[in-house]
Amino acid sequence: MARPFNPTALWLGTHLRLIYLFLYLPIAVLMVLSFNRAGLPTVWSGFSIQWYGALVENQAVLSAAANTLIVALVSTCLATLLGALLAIGVEYRRRGPALEAILFAPMIIPDIVLAIALLSFFTLLEFTLGLHSIILSHVVFNIAFVCAVVRTRLRQFDWAVFEASVDLGATELTTFRRIILPMIFPGVLAGAMLAFTLSVDEFIIAFFTAGAGQSSTTLPMQIYSMIRFGVTPEINAMATVVMLVSFTLVLLAQRVNRGAVTG
Amino acid sequence: MSAAATVISLQGLTKRFGEVTAVDAVDLDLRENEFFALLGPSGCGKTTLLRMIAGFAEPDAGRVLLDGADMTAVRPNRRPVNLMFQSYALFPHMTVAANIAYGLEMEGCAKAEIAARVGAMLEMTELTAFADRKPDSLSGGQRQRVALARALVKRPRVLLLDEPLGALDKKLREQMQLELKRMQDEVGITFVIVTHDQEEALVMADRIAVLDGGRIVQVGSPRELYEYPSSRFVAGFIGKMNFFPGELSAGGVALQRHGLVAGALPAGLAPAGGGVAAVRPERLTLAREKPGGAVNALPGQIVDIAYHGQDLNIRLAVEDVADRILVRLPAGEAETGDWRPGARVWCCWAPAHTRILAA
Repeated sequence: MARPFNPTALWLGTHLRLIYLFLYLPIAVLMVLSFNRAGLPTVWSGFSIQWYGALVENQAVLSAAANTLIVALVSTCLATLLGALLAIGVEYRRRGPALEAILFAPMIIPDIVLAIALLSFFTLLEFTLGLHSIILSHVVFNIAFVCAVVRTRLRQFDWAVFEASVDLGATELTTFRRIILPMIFPGVLAGAMLAFTLSVDEFIIAFFTAGAGQSSTTLPMQIYSMIRFGVTPEINAMATVVMLVSFTLVLLAQRVNRGAVTG
Repeated sequence: MSAAATVISLQGLTKRFGEVTAVDAVDLDLRENEFFALLGPSGCGKTTLLRMIAGFAEPDAGRVLLDGADMTAVRPNRRPVNLMFQSYALFPHMTVAANIAYGLEMEGCAKAEIAARVGAMLEMTELTAFADRKPDSLSGGQRQRVALARALVKRPRVLLLDEPLGALDKKLREQMQLELKRMQDEVGITFVIVTHDQEEALVMADRIAVLDGGRIVQVGSPRELYEYPSSRFVAGFIGKMNFFPGELSAGGVALQRHGLVAGALPAGLAPAGGGVAAVRPERLTLAREKPGGAVNALPGQIVDIAYHGQDLNIRLAVEDVADRILVRLPAGEAETGDWRPGARVWCCWAPAHTRILAA
């Protein structure tokens, strides 16, 4: 079927392509340069995967990666549990707009403000800083994200099913396990993946709440400390790995949450 | 009516929401194996009453007795009463069979028993072919039957139905009215249905309670309510009714301009003060000349005529009566009459068909 010439569609298509180019060109350049043989960050001198090899042998990078995984896993678990329960509570008993605003605040206020606030708070309590303080800090903003994702799913929830389950003889706990959780599970999973991604590449808050020493250095902090001596292909390689992990998780999260909305 | 045993007894049941009294000191006995309807306009408290029987709303005063035992403090999951929700509230992530089996699993029934009872229930509701389907692939009528099967499979003492046919279109609704009645007959469980549709209540129920403003205004069989309404509200709510307001007197109601409308005063109504004579549209006939004998007759003018196939609805303007008077003539009789809008006629009826009510 011959499509008639449509200038609007053509213009919109071009516009879309330019925007994608604007968004992804720098990242593409970074990824390409991570395979650059020479140590210079901006001059191409041949294909090589040696920098990925160097990455694996770099002890500082490996320990930072391990720290990042620990922080991301633990904070994701905590934030998912608390955020999902919070979402259920908020959607079940609707409250005024003030509560809504408070729920969104950790997502909206600048990271640097949250970072300083958390640091002051920990100092005030004379809390020792380390991985645990990063974990707690990441839980703070991740609760808000998980809650937001789960709530969008609960919007389509007919709360009568909750009463129907109780009416049929189930306790509240059984109802949660057999009815509510399966119905919102895709949302919870998506929220968890988003939280994990946010935690993996979070820098400012981790930087402020980590305290001193390699033992609580996360991957973004490691990249930052290396970058002060110049951008090397090794950093490009590390950034590529981090980005691919994040990108995959976000895609998965979207797919999971979309797939079963009507289910 | 036979004196069947009482299953549920409501005593002085009251529920307030802030300033508003949604249900006001309701006393009601529900009998074994009857189809009972709670009928009233929206906001009359019928759903709140149902939710108190189910245990989802806590009464501020009064008691709910089941087989003589006080259930007021018993949690909904422990009451042998099931509720069919207006939205059906099916579990979307479970198959039809799993939805129906859920309540039995909660009771801790053996697997074999669950399978047998779910199978029997699928058969009764003609859902066997859909056992493995998810609810959102079913039609409205099928979903309704799943909701019914899910509640009935637990063999409750009483099944509560909240506007069960509200989401269905007119044709399906009429079909399901008879279907529900057949199933109630088959399982022999007391059904309590909440509805705002008086026609639905008349077709299905053995007894109806009419509610208004949180109070029960009349309880009776559909025929009793239709033929002998106890108040102007019930008379106007159930079916169509013509009202002639005037002064109560010993022989009927005296109209200011037209004189006495004859009818028997009900017991307990003194022949003094304001009152209304109420007559059903199908009890009225039309005549060109004033008839003789002991017949009520009022002069009027035909305003409009609506043809309904099986009958003809003629509206009359009667002097000094604010509302238009509706006359419903069978189609056959209407043909011979040759009535035209604008014609001056007499509307007539037998005094025995006059219902006299307090104003």
